[in-house]
Amino acid sequence: MVSNAGGRRRWGLTIAGWAVALAMFFPILWMFVTSFKTEITAVATPPALVFHPTLANYVAVLDRADYLAFARNSVLVSLGSTLVALLLGVPAAYSMAFFPTRRTRDLLLWMLSTRMLPAVGVLVPIYLLWRDLGLLDSVFGLIVIDSLSVLPIVVWMLFSFFREVPAVILEASRMDGARPLEELIHVLLPLSGPGIASTALLSIILCWNEAFWSLNLTTVKAATLTAFTASFSSPEGLFWAKLSAASTLSIAPILVFGWLSQRQMARGLSMGAVK
Amino acid sequence: MATIELRNVRKRFGAHDVIHGVDLLIRDREFLAFVGPSGSGKSTLLRMIAGLEAVSEGEVLIEGRPVQNVPPSQRGLAMVFQSYALYPHMTVAENMSFSLRLAGVPKTERDQKVRAVARVLEMEALLERKPRQLSGGQLQRVAIGRAMVRQPKAFLLDEPLSNLDAALQAQMRLELVRLHRELATTMVYVTHDQHEAMTMADRIVVLNNGRVEQMGSPLELYQRPATLFVAGFIGTPKMNFLDAEVKAATARMLTLAFAEGRGVNVPSPAGGLAAGAKITLGIRPEHVELAPEGELHGEVDVLEQLGPRSYVHARLADGTRLVAQAAGDTQLRGGESVVFRLHADAAHLFDGAGKALNP
Repeated sequence: MVSNAGGRRRWGLTIAGWAVALAMFFPILWMFVTSFKTEITAVATPPALVFHPTLANYVAVLDRADYLAFARNSVLVSLGSTLVALLLGVPAAYSMAFFPTRRTRDLLLWMLSTRMLPAVGVLVPIYLLWRDLGLLDSVFGLIVIDSLSVLPIVVWMLFSFFREVPAVILEASRMDGARPLEELIHVLLPLSGPGIASTALLSIILCWNEAFWSLNLTTVKAATLTAFTASFSSPEGLFWAKLSAASTLSIAPILVFGWLSQRQMARGLSMGAVK
Repeated sequence: MATIELRNVRKRFGAHDVIHGVDLLIRDREFLAFVGPSGSGKSTLLRMIAGLEAVSEGEVLIEGRPVQNVPPSQRGLAMVFQSYALYPHMTVAENMSFSLRLAGVPKTERDQKVRAVARVLEMEALLERKPRQLSGGQLQRVAIGRAMVRQPKAFLLDEPLSNLDAALQAQMRLELVRLHRELATTMVYVTHDQHEAMTMADRIVVLNNGRVEQMGSPLELYQRPATLFVAGFIGTPKMNFLDAEVKAATARMLTLAFAEGRGVNVPSPAGGLAAGAKITLGIRPEHVELAPEGELHGEVDVLEQLGPRSYVHARLADGTRLVAQAAGDTQLRGGESVVFRLHADAAHLFDGAGKALNP
């Protein structure tokens, strides 16, 4: 009886899991399929399920814009921002996790609260600052703003991973003569490796997908793939197939990246839960 | 090799004090134990010596130099933690050589030192293993080895044996004593187990609620406890305590009456006591014997037979519990009536505040 109920429960969960996953994946699948249709079949009602696949959209899209330039910017911005966010976030999370004060909780909540403000709320001041500092349309400028916007999440994640490391092990290293930086490099980082890796992966994905600042602070030189995609959308909703092709090209690298690193991500994100 | 001195050391957590001004000189090459119940501040005191805990007030001196502003990494002390705190991502050899690596000692020299220590601790076969592949006793050895490799000024040991089983504890106690003798280095040892402190330490500091109750050699504490607390804490089974009232007093003798009715004559303490004073009489189980006639009557609760001797746990008429040592072959049943005689010369007297009244 018990095992029967457990079995039924497991089946139910499996079906529910697949249903949710399919529902979430369906738009991407649809976009992928649409990218191989002609513009006419793309807007046909009811949707054409059987059609002649064509690469014409990809040819057109790659012909009109320098995909590799955008892709290079996306790579530079997402890796650069993640690196900067980790360089700032690791020491911050270290001090908050191992030398907390009465204000640490408040500080963490405040950091998170900055994510609740819509980015557009600070668009004008940021734009003016970036203009006067000469950071508009530069990869560096985009790295600065992206790393700052991803920093709260990075600090939060690192903070919770660091909390899993027994403080006594760090104390032991101090007794062994380790100064703070040595303690960090030789003990804390190796012990929280999976956590740091999944923090970095999530940060890369967030920065890759970031569109708002990319659209508003760049034009040509530093534009990323999100700007590339956006350039194919038109207010009238024309050219669905080409937009789909552009979107597919934009998300393909990060999709492959996510696929390859999913094991690492899951391991890091559940590190606290299973131990 | 170093002296460690505490001068009026205090520790405050928020509004309340956990260490209330401790003065202490730990001599060079001494094996000193901090002993006390949990919450007595013994670990906090050790961590302040280590530098892992800031000193709120007062001074800590190592080799005569104040170290309040010296970080733990620069104090030259080694610590063995209760949970061992080995680096889980390093092998045993890497764990042991970590401090040398930080100090910039070349690899060949590091290996040599690690091997030498491993030989002393008989764990050369473990050097390439990771901590998760070791048993509790092996982890403990590695933790001690890690501390030894760097030849520290002093060893700080925070309840290092309390996670081991009893047999291993007994073995490690002897090994630590032997190590201390061979290394000839100052050791500060924290334990809640008075038995450990008694068997290993040159000197014991008994802590209670952040204050030093008494310090002295194990036998001094056992034979001349300064307070009721120390008297009750040192020694197993615990000292018996009986409430008594002074009935008559001369310069040499006090006649005491127990709550239960009967009385006993004991040597008068220095300064004497007036008739009517309420005191506590403390007497160790080995100074209470079963006899055909005696001062205390009760009935047997439990007879604990250890082989070489037995302990008779009894309840007196007024409900007071009493433990007496008896011969190993003593036969008694629960509920049986027994009479106890006290060796009055060995009695300890304590005033109402718990201070010992010394003869």
